[in-house]
Amino acid sequence: MLKIDNLIANVGDKQILKGISLSVGAGEVHAIMGPNGSGKSTLAQVIAGHPGYEVTGGSVTFENQDLLEMDAEIRAQAGIFLAFQYPVEIPGVSNAYFLRAAYNELRKARGEEEVDPMEFLDVMTEKLKIVEMTEDMLQRSVNAGFSGGEKKRNEILQMAVLDPKLAILDETDSGLDIDALRIVAEGVNKLKRPDNATIVVTHYQRLLNYIVPDYVHVLAQGRIVRSGGKELALELEERGYDWLLETAGATA
Amino acid sequence: MTAHSNYRELFDAAAQRPAARDFLPKLKIAAIEQFEAVGFPTTRDEDWHFTSVSPIAERIFRPVRSTATALTAEDIARFTYGRNDWHLLVFVNGRYEPALSSFAELDVDAQVMTFGEALKEAPELLAERLGTLAPSAHAFTALNTAFMADGVVIRVPKGVVLETPVHIVYVTDSHANGASLHPRTLVIAERGAQLTLVETFATIGGGAYFTNHVAEVVVGENARVDHYKVQREGGDAFHVGTIQATQDRNSIYHAFSFAVGAQLSRTNVYSKLLGEGCEVRLNGLYALEEAQHADHQTFVEHIAPSCSSREVYKGILDGTSHGVFNGKVYVHPEAQKTDGKQTNKALLLSEGARVDSKPQLEIFADDVKCTHGATVGQLDDMALFYMKSRGIGADRSRALLTYAFAAEVLELIELEPLKVALEALLFARFIPPDTV
Repeated sequence: MLKIDNLIANVGDKQILKGISLSVGAGEVHAIMGPNGSGKSTLAQVIAGHPGYEVTGGSVTFENQDLLEMDAEIRAQAGIFLAFQYPVEIPGVSNAYFLRAAYNELRKARGEEEVDPMEFLDVMTEKLKIVEMTEDMLQRSVNAGFSGGEKKRNEILQMAVLDPKLAILDETDSGLDIDALRIVAEGVNKLKRPDNATIVVTHYQRLLNYIVPDYVHVLAQGRIVRSGGKELALELEERGYDWLLETAGATA
Repeated sequence: MTAHSNYRELFDAAAQRPAARDFLPKLKIAAIEQFEAVGFPTTRDEDWHFTSVSPIAERIFRPVRSTATALTAEDIARFTYGRNDWHLLVFVNGRYEPALSSFAELDVDAQVMTFGEALKEAPELLAERLGTLAPSAHAFTALNTAFMADGVVIRVPKGVVLETPVHIVYVTDSHANGASLHPRTLVIAERGAQLTLVETFATIGGGAYFTNHVAEVVVGENARVDHYKVQREGGDAFHVGTIQATQDRNSIYHAFSFAVGAQLSRTNVYSKLLGEGCEVRLNGLYALEEAQHADHQTFVEHIAPSCSSREVYKGILDGTSHGVFNGKVYVHPEAQKTDGKQTNKALLLSEGARVDSKPQLEIFADDVKCTHGATVGQLDDMALFYMKSRGIGADRSRALLTYAFAAEVLELIELEPLKVALEALLFARFIPPDTV
C-alpha cells in the first residue's frame, strides 16, 4: 500500500529525515517510536504533504502512485489521513459543516454524489458512537475550546467519517488521560479492517497496549535504527532509547 | 474660500426655527464656531496621522432634500437581523420614518424618543445632557452638533431593565447622493438601569453620501449598556462616527463595532471611567476590500481606581485596502488597580493591503496591570495544512480560515440574533457558494 524508499527531507537547511525506507501493507499496524527530535512527526507530516518540508531524495508511493507529486488535499482524497498531534482550532466553523465539507470533497474525488446535511446527520449518528461523543459536538466550532482529550477524540471522529485507507496517528496519546486514551484506541481498533492500514507514531509504549502493532520501528536521528515485532516496544519500555542511540551513533 | 467655511454658509442658510428651545440654537451656534476655529483635521494631527479626510473636506455635502421615501418595510427588513420584536426606529436619509418603524409599546417605565419628541416631552433632559459628553473640540463632533436635525434619545430610569433591544436603522436611498447626514444619539442609563442598543448604518443605492454620527452614552452607577454598531454604508459613502461614553461607579459598558462599508470611514469609541469598579469592553471587527479605508480609534480613560478595560479588534484586509487601529489607554495617577488589556489583530489577504496599528498606553499610576498586543499576518500555514489534509482544497481552506479569523471576535457578541446574522453575512462573503 505505502512504500517509502530512502526518503530524505529537510526543513530549511537542516536535514531531518536521512534516508527512511518502510513498507506498509493492507491490514497492517506499524508503530513508529523514537526519542524527541528523532523525526517521527516529520515523517508523519511528510507523508500527509505538509508544505513546510522539502523532500530532497528518495520516493514515496501509495497504491503505486507517486505521493510526493500530490498536494495535501489530493493525498487525503486518495485515502491518507493524519491525526494531528496539535489539532487546529477553527472558531466559527461548526464540526458538522467542516466534516461534511471534507466528506463531500472525498466523495466528489471518488465520483460519488455529495450528501446533504440531513443525509450527513445519519452518517454522523453512527460515527459519533465510535468515539463516545454526542450530537451537540457537531454544533461546536472545530476544536475551539476543546479539552486535549476532546481534540484527540475529534481527530478519531474525523478519521471515522473520512474512512481512510492509511491512517497516521501522530502522538495521538500525548496529553490524554487513561479514559480518553482507551476511547481513542478503541475507536482506532473499531476502524481497523483487512483493507486499511495504520501507522501509530508515539514516544511511549503505553498506547501500544491498546493498539497492538504488527511491526515496530525505532527512529533516531532521522533513520530507522531498529525494526521488529510488538515485543520491541516492550523492550524499549524497559531499556529506554539510549542503547539504540549508541548503536545508531556507531553506525553513522 | 476654505472647505470648512462652506459649512458656515450652509449653517447660516438654514434658519433656526424660533419654536426650538433656546439651548439648542445656542449649542449649534457654539458648535459651528468651534468647527470654524478647528477646521477639518489633517494628517499632521497625531490622531489622524494615517487617515486623510481630504476626500470629505474637499467636497461640499449639502443637507439632504426632504423627500418622501419609496423604501418599504421589506427593504428595511434586510437590516433587522430577522427580528421584528425589537424596538425599531428607522431613519431614512436622516429623517425619522414612523411608518417604517415598529415601535413596540414599552412595557417598562423608560423613554425612547426622537429628538422632535424629546424637545416636546423632555426638553430639560436634552438641555442638561446634549453635548456634554462629546465635546465640540473634535471637528466632526462640532459639525454633527451644528447640523444635527434628528436623532434618538433613550432614558432608562433608576433600576429599570429594558429587556427588549432598541434598534436604530439609519438607511439612505438615492436622494442622499451628495448629501451629509448628522444623526445624533443620546442614551442615559440611570443608576442600576440596563439596556441594549443596536445602531445599524446601511444603504439602498445611496451613492456618495456622508454620514457623520455622534452618540453620547451616560452609564450610571451599577448600570449596564450593551451598544452595538453595525456600519454597512454603501461603497461610495463616507462615514465618521463617534461614540462617547461616561461610566459611573460599578457600571458596565460593552461596545462592539462592526464595519464593512464606506470608501472612507472613521469610527471612534471612547469611554471615560469616572467611578470605581467599572468594566468596559470595546471590541470590533472590520473587513475591507478594494480601495476601502477604515480607521478605528478607541480611547479608554481610567480616571477612577479598580476598573477593568478589555479590547479586541480584528481586521481583514483584501485588495488595496488600508486599515488603521489606534487604541489609547490613559491611566490617571489616581486610577490604581487598573486592569487593562488590548489585543489588535489584522489579517492581510493581499499584497496591496496595508494596516497601521498603534496601541498607545499612557500610565501615570504605579499599581496597574496593562497589556497590549498587536499582530499583523497572513493565514497560519499549519491551519491551512490541517484543512487540506482533510481533503478540502486550498481556496476553500483559505476561505474557511479567513471566516474563522473573523468569527472568533464575533463570539464576543452577547446579543445572539445579531451574532448569528453577522456570522451569516461574513460566511456569505468569505465562503464561496458551491455545492457543499
